Amino acid sequence: MAGKSEPIAGEHVAIHPKAGQIQLALVAVALVLAVLAPQFLYPIFLMKLLAFGLFASAFNLLLGYTGLLSFGHAAFFGGAAYFTAHAVKVWGWSPEAGLLLGVLGAAALGLVMGAIAIRRQGIYFAMITLALSQMFFFFCLQARFTHGEDGIQSVPRGHLFGLIDLNDSMNMYYFVLAVFAFGLIVIWRFVNSPFGMILKSIRENEQRAVSLGYSVARYKLAAFVMSAALAGLAGGLKALIFQFATLTDVAWQMSGEVILMTLLGGIGTLAGPIFGAGLVVTLQNYLATSDFPVTIITGVVFMVCVLLFRRGLVGEFFASKLGRRLGFRAQS
Amino acid sequence: MVLSARGLGKDFGGFTAVNDVDLDVEHARIHALIGPNGAGKTTVFNLLTKFLQPTRGRITLLGTDITRTAPDKVARMGLVRSFQISAVFPHLTVRENVKVALQRPNGLATQFWLPLSALDRLNARADDLIERLGLAPYRDHRAADLSYGRKRVLEIATTLALDPEVLLLDEPMAGMGQEDVQMVARIIRDVATERAVLMVEHNLNVVADICDHVTVLQRGEIIAQGDYATVSSDPRVRTAYMGTDA
Repeated sequence: MAGKSEPIAGEHVAIHPKAGQIQLALVAVALVLAVLAPQFLYPIFLMKLLAFGLFASAFNLLLGYTGLLSFGHAAFFGGAAYFTAHAVKVWGWSPEAGLLLGVLGAAALGLVMGAIAIRRQGIYFAMITLALSQMFFFFCLQARFTHGEDGIQSVPRGHLFGLIDLNDSMNMYYFVLAVFAFGLIVIWRFVNSPFGMILKSIRENEQRAVSLGYSVARYKLAAFVMSAALAGLAGGLKALIFQFATLTDVAWQMSGEVILMTLLGGIGTLAGPIFGAGLVVTLQNYLATSDFPVTIITGVVFMVCVLLFRRGLVGEFFASKLGRRLGFRAQS
Repeated sequence: MVLSARGLGKDFGGFTAVNDVDLDVEHARIHALIGPNGAGKTTVFNLLTKFLQPTRGRITLLGTDITRTAPDKVARMGLVRSFQISAVFPHLTVRENVKVALQRPNGLATQFWLPLSALDRLNARADDLIERLGLAPYRDHRAADLSYGRKRVLEIATTLALDPEVLLLDEPMAGMGQEDVQMVARIIRDVATERAVLMVEHNLNVVADICDHVTVLQRGEIIAQGDYATVSSDPRVRTAYMGTDA
């Protein structure tokens, strides 16, 4: 985030000559693992991990790469879950069309919320996004199509492009994996583009960007809408995976959880939010059956991380000697 | 007249920071704004560049009224400023800093679907400027690693990248060593041949040396205007600076 200074001068670590190839190899390994994983692990768990990984990555696009802390991303995630679920179940849309509606709906919500919130900075921005997402929560509580406390249950997964049966959990898993990969590629391109460069400069020195003639608010709004749309993609996926959309998805706790995931993994890194989401989802899964409240454990983990690894798990690795030698750089 | 202000004033609550300032900045001239600490120089800068909204008065840039225009719009119209605290993008390299300034005028600021290599065609322009301002050896250094003086030079380089009609420099030489001061003075004189420059400066030797016109502010009001010789012999200016009537 702006203002946070890391040791810039100090020891200079030479980047390994094959750093680029090693990075590519790591991505390839991750991809192979992701393809093989459902042979060993429960597919629903893996899909949940991917959906939340995408959600956290979308959130990180805003926090890590734009420097805006939103406390209302549940509205986009949960809102899209409702839109997708409703379109697929009530209107009988195909899953891909339902997902698209979720994305567009979340983007529209993002445009409205962003246009209001972007006028303020820092904590005020966070509070406005929280307030707006709470308004949306109460809308969802009252609206007819969300079915209030019941939520939208037994959402059909349907057939992808009318051909592939998504009720088969393996088909569904590879579909989710493909959407996840697509989302990450979009984020990666967004960050490493001419537009991403301007976002970076705004995060580094907003006043200077204004004095160079950039309409800072418009760039921030564009990033906000993009982040909301991708959070919506994750939310729509979630509705198809679990076959329901409920108030939990739009509640403020969900907004808090995605912040937690992103910070745990490391903001401003592409892999960080995915690891953070993985950690939180795994903890929730294994502790779900225990008597001990999950929130206490995740809270303690979060506190330990904040105290010991301020850059997050992946962020600390990137900042380490080995990480820098491999050419990793956190964008913060 | 490139930039002019009439009856410019700014109140903060009950406090009048700037009052009734008339200012004319002309093409191909260096205009200095001087005055003791707290005289309102930076406030005038913020008003002219619209980072602050004036309470009273009018501002025109190249014949257009900009009294109510947003700061980024003013910058796009050709009025570009620097800041008192050096304003660079610290984690970007020298070259990237200059390229960020070049992106917008070259229509390469909004493409989120293109790779970063799309910006390579700005390299030549950027390197030109970097070379001209003597930053070539530091081209790939991160801005944060530069010395204070070079950060200021880099800021001027990014400002020049926009090819502005009017350049507003807020204490460009503050905190610089003597050598850097000479270099920056030379650069400013050089760039002022084809554009207007308005600068706030404390170093009176520099002002005497390169500025064509001097405006002296005290407690938010203009107490003298003219060339350096006229202004420096004005009794009120001497009082303001020395605190005596000598």
